[in-house]
Amino acid sequence: MSVLVIAEHNNTEIKSSTLSTITAASQIKKEVDVLVMGYKCEILAKEISNYENIRKVIYIDNKIYENPVAENITLAILNISSNYSYILAPANTFGKNFMPRVAAKSDVSQISDVIKIEKEDTFIRPIYAGNALATVQSIENKKIITIRPTSFEPVIKEGGKGEIEEINFEESSKLVNFINREESKSERPELGTARIVISGGRGLQSAENFKMINEIADKLNAAIGASRAAVDAGYVSNDYQVGQTGKVVVPELYIAIGISGAIQHLAGMKESKIIVAINKDEEAPIFNVADYGLQADLFEALPELSLELDKLNTINK
Amino acid sequence: MMKILVAVKRVIDYNVQIRVKSDGSGVETENVKMSMNPPDENAVEEALRIKESGKAEEVIVLSIGNEKSQETIRTGLAMGADKGIFVKANDNCEPLSIAKIMKKIIEKEKPQIVLMGKQAIDDDCNQTGQMLSALVEWPQATFASKLEIKDSTLFVTREIDEGLEKIEINLPAVITCDLRLNEPRYASLPNIMKAKKKPIETLSAEDLEIDTSPRIKLIKVEEPSKRKKGIMVNNVSELVQKLKHEAKVI
Ligand SMILES: Cc1cc2nc3c(=O)[nH]c(=O)nc-3n(C[C@H](O)[C@H](O)[C@H](O)COP(=O)(O)OP(=O)(O)OC[C@H]3O[C@@H](n4cnc5c(N)ncnc54)[C@H](O)[C@@H]3O)c2cc1C
Ligand SMILES: Nc1ncnc2c1ncn2[C@@H]1O[C@H](COP(=O)(O)O)[C@@H](O)[C@H]1O
Repeated sequence: MSVLVIAEHNNTEIKSSTLSTITAASQIKKEVDVLVMGYKCEILAKEISNYENIRKVIYIDNKIYENPVAENITLAILNISSNYSYILAPANTFGKNFMPRVAAKSDVSQISDVIKIEKEDTFIRPIYAGNALATVQSIENKKIITIRPTSFEPVIKEGGKGEIEEINFEESSKLVNFINREESKSERPELGTARIVISGGRGLQSAENFKMINEIADKLNAAIGASRAAVDAGYVSNDYQVGQTGKVVVPELYIAIGISGAIQHLAGMKESKIIVAINKDEEAPIFNVADYGLQADLFEALPELSLELDKLNTINK
Repeated sequence: MMKILVAVKRVIDYNVQIRVKSDGSGVETENVKMSMNPPDENAVEEALRIKESGKAEEVIVLSIGNEKSQETIRTGLAMGADKGIFVKANDNCEPLSIAKIMKKIIEKEKPQIVLMGKQAIDDDCNQTGQMLSALVEWPQATFASKLEIKDSTLFVTREIDEGLEKIEINLPAVITCDLRLNEPRYASLPNIMKAKKKPIETLSAEDLEIDTSPRIKLIKVEEPSKRKKGIMVNNVSELVQKLKHEAKVI
């Protein structure tokens, strides 16, 4: 029995999702192999080989994987998948894109978005936007699993002595071409792993007003999130969306501003340690999950919040 | 001229607060409002727009499941699709079985574009489109928020965690739709009436020789632990004090 994790990175940095997926993998088997596909990525392979519980890092260095499409990632995985009884990747837009292809080509049913490993063949996963939890058991020889990164701690980045193996592989699809990527650049912490997240909803009314959130975020060193309504209305871009069809976040503190708390939004944040909601409607469902609720007009509350934060001489960022 | 196949799943309506059955065997679906899976509506809408732009001549809606899935097909027909295909199969087929059934339908109908939702809001699997694309060896574009067809090339904007990605794929292709792809239309009353006369072809998983027996055993379904109800604070200063001294998170 051997376990392979597909690493997510951007050719310069390993993404935190990879660290969590390795932790999940090591709960199945102590020794984990990792596949890194990238361009000029040898240094990343070296870095991962130092992580705890790593047995081997396999890397493929090729221009094809600079901005890889799902078809090409799949070909590279299938090339080595027969050596593995488990293949794991993060359940985010990276892993979701190719893992079902690997599963279909292996004639295996995939288990998506696992939040807990019960036993080596039994897993817990949320269904219905997290309103129910299913315990499922795979009866197949091969297991293809995507892992919800926020449900597993990151692996310790030292203490490992994995071997490193480079392999050559350049089969690629002629039917797909990457054109470009528009990434939102921000100095703020990453939404998926930030200690504090402050999110805005339709209550903010405009992109201009949404900037009020930025000011608070800066003071708290928080990441910024949004409801789907706020993204649809164009206040912020799609990568801010928290929820069933956006990102899942589990910060120590989640602050919801002008968000009603639809189940699809709750799906992405209700595991947060402390939830704060500011909403002018006392009936808003967000108050049912909030540890601290404040019924107030956000246009008054946000400037006050900014002032109150200034008064604290130490903010524990 | 092109044919477009759209896969639509019948799911519990997104506004319904679901109930977990007390015996842990699943989620209550009796006497619960059912609807078309939301992003599948975007898929139907996009197919109709491609047809209306003159680039396709027929839109077929496909649903797989129990007899009631035909209602979801009717919804697609009322939106404007031309024909329905209903494949009778056990409820809760795994995405791999759905993809295998869809492959058979593709071999029969020979569409150029397959549109589907990116995710079913009941199982939240987010697998079927990618699996189908791999099985038929057509390129895929997942999480599409914009499509543009030029001859036999499709330019697709995809929503990814980092922002947006653009790719170019050759037809035939499989596309999974995000909710932001378009604004689905409502069916007008005359179209609902017309839809009643549109044909629905009925097949079964057995006819298509697809084994749909599960590979994943459902052990139990539970409710997640509920959050303890918190408190209401009176003003911002109290809130900040609580966060600082009680919750100790700032
Ligand atoms: C399939 C599907 C998937 C979805 N996925 C997601 C998802 O991933 N994430 C997501 O967020 N949503 C998702 N949604 C949408 C979801 O159902 C809600 O429509 C959305 O979350 C509402 O966003 P909102 O709370 O910002 O807006 P609204 O529901 O309009 O709420 C705005 C809130 O702001 C308050 N408010 C207004 N003005 C003020 C003021 N001046 N001061 C204080 N409060 C004020 C109002 O009282 C109200 O509660 C999905 C929907 C579907 C069908
Ligand atoms: N039983 C089904 N009948 C028709 N289409 C389906 C069915 N199951 C899944 N699909 C399609 O596959 C998409 C993704 O589903 P899933 O992989 O289950 O999240 C859905 O949005 C539908 O377009």
